[in-house]
Amino acid sequence: MSNYLERGYLEREDLPPFPPEERLTSGKPVAYIECVQPIPCSPCYESCRFDAIQMDNINDPPKLDYEKCTGCMACIRVCPGLAIFMLQIKDGKGYVTIQYEFLPWLQKGDRVKLYNRKGEEVGEGTVTWALNPERNDRTQLVTIEMNKDLIYEVRAVRKR
Amino acid sequence: MRLESHPIVDFKRGKEVTIYFNGKPVKAYEGESVAAALYAAGVRVFSRSFRFHRPRGFFCAIGKCSQCMMEVNGVPNVRTCKIYVKDGMQIRTQNSIPDAENDALAIFDKIIDTVFPHGSHYKKFNRSAKLREFATKQMRKLAGFGNPPKSVPDVDAEYEIIETDVAVIGGGPGGMSAAIHAGKYGARVIVMDENPFLGGQLVKQTHRFFGSAKERAGTRGIKIAKILEEELLSYDNVEVRKETKVFGVYGNEVAAVEKDRKLLRVKAKKIVIATGAYERTLIFENNDLPGVYGAGGVQTLMNVYGIKPGERGLIIGSGNVGLILTYQLLQAGVDVAAIVEAMPRVGGYFVHAAKVRRLGVPIYTRHTIVRAVGNKRVEGAVVAQLDDRWQPVPGTEKKFDVDFICVAVGLSPAHELLYHVKAQMKFVPELGGLVPLRTKYNETSVEGIYVAGDVAGIEEATAAIMEGRIAGLHAAMSLGYGGEDVKKELEEAVKDIEAFRAGPFGERICHGLEKCTLEKEVSL
Repeated sequence: MSNYLERGYLEREDLPPFPPEERLTSGKPVAYIECVQPIPCSPCYESCRFDAIQMDNINDPPKLDYEKCTGCMACIRVCPGLAIFMLQIKDGKGYVTIQYEFLPWLQKGDRVKLYNRKGEEVGEGTVTWALNPERNDRTQLVTIEMNKDLIYEVRAVRKR
Repeated sequence: MRLESHPIVDFKRGKEVTIYFNGKPVKAYEGESVAAALYAAGVRVFSRSFRFHRPRGFFCAIGKCSQCMMEVNGVPNVRTCKIYVKDGMQIRTQNSIPDAENDALAIFDKIIDTVFPHGSHYKKFNRSAKLREFATKQMRKLAGFGNPPKSVPDVDAEYEIIETDVAVIGGGPGGMSAAIHAGKYGARVIVMDENPFLGGQLVKQTHRFFGSAKERAGTRGIKIAKILEEELLSYDNVEVRKETKVFGVYGNEVAAVEKDRKLLRVKAKKIVIATGAYERTLIFENNDLPGVYGAGGVQTLMNVYGIKPGERGLIIGSGNVGLILTYQLLQAGVDVAAIVEAMPRVGGYFVHAAKVRRLGVPIYTRHTIVRAVGNKRVEGAVVAQLDDRWQPVPGTEKKFDVDFICVAVGLSPAHELLYHVKAQMKFVPELGGLVPLRTKYNETSVEGIYVAGDVAGIEEATAAIMEGRIAGLHAAMSLGYGGEDVKKELEEAVKDIEAFRAGPFGERICHGLEKCTLEKEVSL
C-alpha cells in the first residue's frame, strides 16, 4: 500500500495512468482525476453525461475512460476535493485547467507561478482562459499555458 | 483585522456601533458577537483564570467553553461569544485588578504555583471538615467569581406554553433535517436554537461538501444551511424560535428561555435532541494562553464575522477539520506554518491534504506540539517528533514563529440534555465519547426521545442531515402521520445512510454503532 497519506501528496506510482498522447493533442482537453482514496463522494460521476466516469458505489474512487471523456468540464466544476484537472497539448504547448479559489481572481493574460503537488515552484505560466467565478459558485476555473512537460506536475498556481 | 474581501464569502456588516471595554470605546458592527468585536479591536486577553490569574483568550467561539466570560452591562459571567453588540454596551473583565490584560494579582502566580501545585486543592486542608470549610472560603475570596449583583433583580418573566407534536432542540443540519422530514408529513414541529441564525456549524463551512448529489454534494456548506432553512420555513406547521436556549427536558416537556427574557414550556409528544458537539482540547504546556484556539472557533471568527485570527498559525490535527481550516486560512490571506499530526498518516480525506500541500503547507505526521511559547499571548510553538510509544523524541524539537495555534483534535457530543431524560449512555470512543444507545431509527432508550447529528456520535454534516431525516420521519410516523409514504421513505433513508457509511471512513462509525444500537424492534 502506498504511503501517500504520510506525505499528503501523490507520487508517480500512486497516480492513475496518464491520458494517451493522441487524446491530449486531439484538440479537446481531457479530464485527469487525482482522487485515489475511497471516500463517500460522487458528484463527478453524477455530473458526467458521457458515462466517462465509472464508480461501483459512492465510496469507489472514480475511474475515467479517456476515450469517452469529451472535455466538457462538468466534473471539474463540481469536484469538492479540487482533485480534477483538465489537460491538453496544443501546438507544442501544455495547458492545465484547475479550480482556483483565491483572491485576486485571475484574468486572461496574467502571469502566474506554477507549483507541483509538493508545493515546490516549478516554473511560470500564463492564464489563457478564466471563468468568471460568479458563474461557478465562486470556484474559478482557469487554464494555464505552460511547458508541455509540466502538465503532469503543475497542480497549483499563485499570482506573482 | 477585519477582512474586506474574501473569495467565497461577502461579509455584510451591520450599522457601526460603539461598545465600551473596561471603559474604553471600541468600534463594532451590529450582528457581531462581543467577543468577535473585541478580537477585531486587538483584545486578546478576555479573562483571567479563577485560581492562578492566568490570561485566557476565547477558545470555541460557539458558547460551549467558558474562556470568554465577562461582565456585560452589569451581568457577570456572560459568554461574550454568544452575546451580540449593542450601542453603548459596557463590557468588563472579571477577577482582575485593574483589568485582565494587566492583572496585578498575577505577580503572585509563581508563589501560588509553588505552594499550591496543580491538583493540590484536592489534597490540602481536607483532614477536618471545619478546616476545609475555612480554607475553601478564603480561597473563594482570592479567586472570586466576578461581581454579581447584590440583590436578585426584580423582573417578571413572561411565560408561554406551547403544545406541539415534535420539539427539535438545535437548528443545525441534524435538527433542521429532522424538522423538515417530520413537518412534511404534517406533524406540528417547533425548532429551537440558541443562535440568532439557523444552520449550526454549517454557517462557517465555506467549502464544497462531499457525498452524493442527493445530499447536495459539490455545494458549499453555507449554501446548504440556506437551502435547508428555506425548505424548513416553507412548512406552515413548522415553527422556528431563534435565540432560544433550551436548559432542561423534563419528561416530555422542554424548558427554554427565548431572547434571554421569555420562558417557554414546550409540551411535545416527541423530542429530537440535536445539540451538536464541543470542541476538544489537547494537553500541552501553555495550552491556555490566548492564541490557542479551537479550530471551529477560528472558523467562526474568520468565516462568519470576517475577522482575521492572526498573521501566521499552526494547526494541530490533520482530520478534515484541520485540513479544511488550513485551506480556509490561506483563502483569507493568513499564513499556515504547518499542520502537525500525531498519527503516522493524515486523518482526513486525502484530497483535502493534497489541496494544502500543493500550496506549500507542510504536514508533519508522527509529530505533536510540546508547548506554546509566549507570555500573555502566543508568540510561537515548539513541535517534536513522536516515537512508536507516542513519546516526544529528544532533539527533534522545531520552533515555529506563529501568533496563533488551532487545536483540531476532534469533538465530543454535547450530551447534557440526554441525562435529563435519563437516556442510557455508553462511552464509545469511535463516536467521540459518551453517546446514547439508540435504535436504527435514532430513538434513544427513552420512548419518544430521538437524537440526530453529532450528539449521537461525531460524524459530519451530511451524516447529520441523513440522521435527522430518519429521526424526523420516525417521529412523524409513530404519531400516525404520513401513512405508507412515510414508511417507504424511512426505509430508503436507512438504506442511504448505510451506503454512505459503507466505505473505509464509515468503518469506524459502524464499529461504534454496533456497540450502542438498541435492538428494540419497532414495527413499521
